[in-house]
Amino acid sequence: MNPENYLILAAILFAIAAVGVLVRRNALIAFMCVELMLNSCNLVLAAFAQMRGNLDGQVAAFFVMVVAAAEVVVGLAIVMMIYRTRRSTSVDDANLLKL
Amino acid sequence: MNPALIPLVTGTEVTFWVCATMMVLGALGLVLFRKAVYCALSMVVVMVNLAVLYAAMEGPFLFVTQIIVYTGAIMMLFVFVMMLVGIDRPDSTVETIKGQRVLGLIAGVLLAALLIYAIAGAVTVGPAGLAGPNAADGGNVQGLAGLLFGRYIFVFELTAALLITAAVGAMVLAHHQRIHPKAKQRDLADERMRAYAATGEHPGTLPNSGIFATHNSIGAPALLPDGSVAEKSVSKTLVARGATIDPAGLQEGTRRNFEELERVRDADEEDDE
Repeated sequence: MNPENYLILAAILFAIAAVGVLVRRNALIAFMCVELMLNSCNLVLAAFAQMRGNLDGQVAAFFVMVVAAAEVVVGLAIVMMIYRTRRSTSVDDANLLKL
Repeated sequence: MNPALIPLVTGTEVTFWVCATMMVLGALGLVLFRKAVYCALSMVVVMVNLAVLYAAMEGPFLFVTQIIVYTGAIMMLFVFVMMLVGIDRPDSTVETIKGQRVLGLIAGVLLAALLIYAIAGAVTVGPAGLAGPNAADGGNVQGLAGLLFGRYIFVFELTAALLITAAVGAMVLAHHQRIHPKAKQRDLADERMRAYAATGEHPGTLPNSGIFATHNSIGAPALLPDGSVAEKSVSKTLVARGATIDPAGLQEGTRRNFEELERVRDADEEDDE
């Protein structure tokens, strides 16, 4: 099995997620796309771990998961707070800091 | 023909192609579905398939962590927040920036092309496989534990600080101060009595919904002795939605049942005579 396939799959997923972040307006969905980006990076780390025959890549993927969990907790709290004040989860509606 | 030239289809390859297809479809669903819950479910598809790929890549620990942490905890948190903020309104399709979608798509295609072009030459060594490292310490989990509590111990300690900070931060963000003092039972009773004095509103409990021979749902209005509907016996929300049961039908059913009872009783009395 050519390990390059994993990398190409991860690149495709990363690009799809990037398009999602650019075009979706719902903050929750944009946030899920960011999670997908992190997941595709994890795939690359695990693929390189297997390719090079040591476990460091898997440890790195594990750390990415921990950071993603912390990020989701804070991010969703922020989404909730914005929803409470603006009654909307659209990223377009959070425009009070705009000039 | 040289047997080495025949591409050998292994279990790993079958797994990869099945999972890769599902993952790309799930990722497209995440971007294309308009309803947030469908997007979350597409994301779950991607994550579960990614877990299967981890298993195929000799990472049983990552496989389990992916399912428990990502699919179990993180996606559950997303769905929970969706429940809190409401999902009745699908994403609007109006573009606030002109041509944003087309430009975003072009940027995505270019990014994919760049990434694939950049990493296509990155594979310099063949797949070494993890059978050796996994067996060195007696298993994948033991090997990862050796690294986590050995070479990466300081990073591991820092993640603990990070998680604590995130939990405290989320609590601070979710906390909100009460502007008015909480109304206690005494205040609520006083309020009801004031409303009674001012507008003559009945201070007692509201009448419950009607319980009839054929209906006992909360949508069934209670009937007053003259056959008219007790307005307060059904929730205003149900009335607004038109989910209440037509009182004419209720009266009819009750009347018919009573007639039936009367008829049976008359028949009994005739038997007695």
